[in-house]
Amino acid sequence: MKVIGDVLIIIGGIFYLLGGLGIFRMPDVFNRIQAGTKATTLGAFSLILGVGFLNPSWLLKSIILVIFMTITNPVGSSVLARASYLHGAKIAKLQKDDLKSLYEKEEMSQND
Amino acid sequence: MIEIIVFSLIGIGVFFSVLRMIIGPEVTDRIVSLDTMNVMITGVIVLLSQVFKNEIYLDIAIVYGVLSFLETVVLSRYLEAKK
Repeated sequence: MKVIGDVLIIIGGIFYLLGGLGIFRMPDVFNRIQAGTKATTLGAFSLILGVGFLNPSWLLKSIILVIFMTITNPVGSSVLARASYLHGAKIAKLQKDDLKSLYEKEEMSQND
Repeated sequence: MIEIIVFSLIGIGVFFSVLRMIIGPEVTDRIVSLDTMNVMITGVIVLLSQVFKNEIYLDIAIVYGVLSFLETVVLSRYLEAKK
């Protein structure tokens, strides 16, 4: 039980480090959202479950926290991506923008 | 011993995130980095509950998670409406 908890905690720390590195290195906003959110979601999952395994009487509360973070992190990332597209963020090496015509059509139908 | 290693790993991650928050060219870069940093701080609070052997820090982590999610959603909706 203790060995499983220690290994899970170290995996969580490594994925947190990778998430921070991805935030720093990636070229544009959407790549940063991908790298940061996916890596830190797995890191939080692994680290909180590891603490739960180290102390078995806290396992219920840590599972509640894991379920909560697994639900809310993708929702926050999706809202962030939508906001940064509508705010007009530049996309690196973009050749074709499929969303642009969609949003223009929506705005025109709202104006009518 | 293991807690010290994991605390230093998370510290390097938070350092890179703060660098992106300082040099980020647009405002959405800064919000993305803030969101990532909130998840990391939740992990730090959970590790503190392991260090101090106290269960109350898990409750604090749950409340911090709720508040950070609300903060991300409110800031994003504000930017979206402002354009």
